Amino acid sequence: MSRSRRTPRSLAEIRATDTPNVRRWELRLYVAGKTPKSIAAQDNLRRLCEEHLKDRYSIEVVDLIAHPHLAKGDEIVAIPTLIRKLPEPIRRVIGDLSNVERVLVGLHVRESLS
Amino acid sequence: MAKATTNNNAKQATLPKAPTGIGGLDEITYGGLPRGRPTLVCGSAGCGKTLLAMEFLVRGAMQFGEPGVFVAFEETTDDLTQNVRSLGFDLDDLVRRKKLLIDHVRVEREEIEETGEYDLDGLFIRLGHAIDSVGAKRVVIDTAEVLFGGLSNQNILRSELRRLFRWLKDKGVTTIITGERGEGTLTRHGLEEYVSDCVIVLDHRVSEQLSTRRIRIVKYRGTTHGTNEYPFLIDEAGISVLPITSLGLTHRASEERVSTGIARLDEMLGGAGVYRGSSVLISGTAGTGKTSIAGTFADAACRRGERCLYFSFEESPSQILRNMRSIGLRLEPWVKKGLLQFHSTRPSAYGLEMHLATLHKQIKQFQPRVVIVDPITSFINVGNSAQAEEMLTRLIDFLKAEQITAVFTSLTRGGDAAESSQATVSSLIDTWLLVRDLEVGGERIRGLYVLKSRGMAHSNKVREFVLTDRGVALIDVEAPATPRSALAAAVRR
Repeated sequence: MSRSRRTPRSLAEIRATDTPNVRRWELRLYVAGKTPKSIAAQDNLRRLCEEHLKDRYSIEVVDLIAHPHLAKGDEIVAIPTLIRKLPEPIRRVIGDLSNVERVLVGLHVRESLS
Repeated sequence: MAKATTNNNAKQATLPKAPTGIGGLDEITYGGLPRGRPTLVCGSAGCGKTLLAMEFLVRGAMQFGEPGVFVAFEETTDDLTQNVRSLGFDLDDLVRRKKLLIDHVRVEREEIEETGEYDLDGLFIRLGHAIDSVGAKRVVIDTAEVLFGGLSNQNILRSELRRLFRWLKDKGVTTIITGERGEGTLTRHGLEEYVSDCVIVLDHRVSEQLSTRRIRIVKYRGTTHGTNEYPFLIDEAGISVLPITSLGLTHRASEERVSTGIARLDEMLGGAGVYRGSSVLISGTAGTGKTSIAGTFADAACRRGERCLYFSFEESPSQILRNMRSIGLRLEPWVKKGLLQFHSTRPSAYGLEMHLATLHKQIKQFQPRVVIVDPITSFINVGNSAQAEEMLTRLIDFLKAEQITAVFTSLTRGGDAAESSQATVSSLIDTWLLVRDLEVGGERIRGLYVLKSRGMAHSNKVREFVLTDRGVALIDVEAPATPRSALAAAVRR
């Protein structure tokens, strides 16, 4: 598990400093090794977050090759799978996240922000 | 049938097989499923495929020391555990002892948005992890077709499934993949394309309100297998397949003779009674004493210390016991001693296949040396006479293979020629006794004669057959002792 370098603050810091009415986004991306698909998904996700969720997201990347036992907890079948842990409810998007529109729809970014 | 049996030995060695431990299934597959390869088990909803797959794992873990992984796409672990508890399988215990791992995989389309390329590595990793954590040698995937409902990219799915089956093969695990029956195809999403080694179809048919479960091996590459449809039962002991049709005319013919319990009748049968393991038919019109002869036969078997299983399709056990008592035949002590067992069922209770399956199972359990079926004509009412004949052929084949002496009674209707109504079964029968009413001088007497008896010199005489309070007796008809017997002799001419 490696935490993204682009999320400078820890979750605790976010909780401490953010105003209560700003939603925090906790995202988890499941990949399996360093395949082109998984690299593409990570790049696509970061770009999208910077653009739409700047300063209020955290991305956790879980490599199932290293941690196979974590696949069951989030019901992972397809790879890559992106899970929106927060805000609730949980949403999931599968694929390399190349279609930004679909990812935004899948994560319900717009309705959550409005 | 017979051919498959003889080929069996030569080819068996070529393909390693994993025994399922499911009664009868290992017989029709000549040893089990292809070891280290995937087998597709398909059928419509409620046909028993999940159960078969689970039993394969449970027996693998308990009897063959092969732990298993059950990937459940449809049912939760709790549901599965509950469902098979009635069959005496304690999944919790197996899971605790690390002999079984159940992984419920939830795939729900409405929760999933798809964008761009993906694969099913998540499933592979999960499965691989599960296999490694119990050291599984057997895997069940029930049913992979749920993925088609959950994921929309059919191309990815198809190539991933192909990869999954190849991967399972590389892992060397013996796998059952279940599939839902499609319209005109074996499975709804064509899983049979990917599984080339072994395909088994289960079927649950209801015709004329009678339900029968059947199993058929559609394909088994590199090995002989029974090709018929075999009936199977699901009961408190799990699945049992009845491989009755797989028998051929290979049974051993015994030289041993067994008494019919009627001394004069034994005399008519070459002086020694019938051969052990042969089949005896007693036919006659209503009220001619067929059941009494059968009862005497049962009594004689028990006197020899042999177990006898009595299937009755018209009377209850207590009714038979009472009626036998009236002719001085006391069968209760044998029942109490456990030598005699009755099974009474209405012929219309289930279809022929199920009757056969039940007979088979009871016989396997009780291990009798003598079986009585009273009467076989009941089955003609259930199916048509061709089906009844087919069923009886299979029953007789089975009994002969087991060296069980069989007594069948058969009711001839008043109008029929005595010999005609049994034409369908008579060729299967070794010894045929005919009881017929003779009207002589305003009196009705019963005449018994041996219509045929294979492999022995038998009497061609008609004997008068009387039921006394001391049992069944045969009297010479020829003896001019009484005028009516003389008349009976006249009738005979």
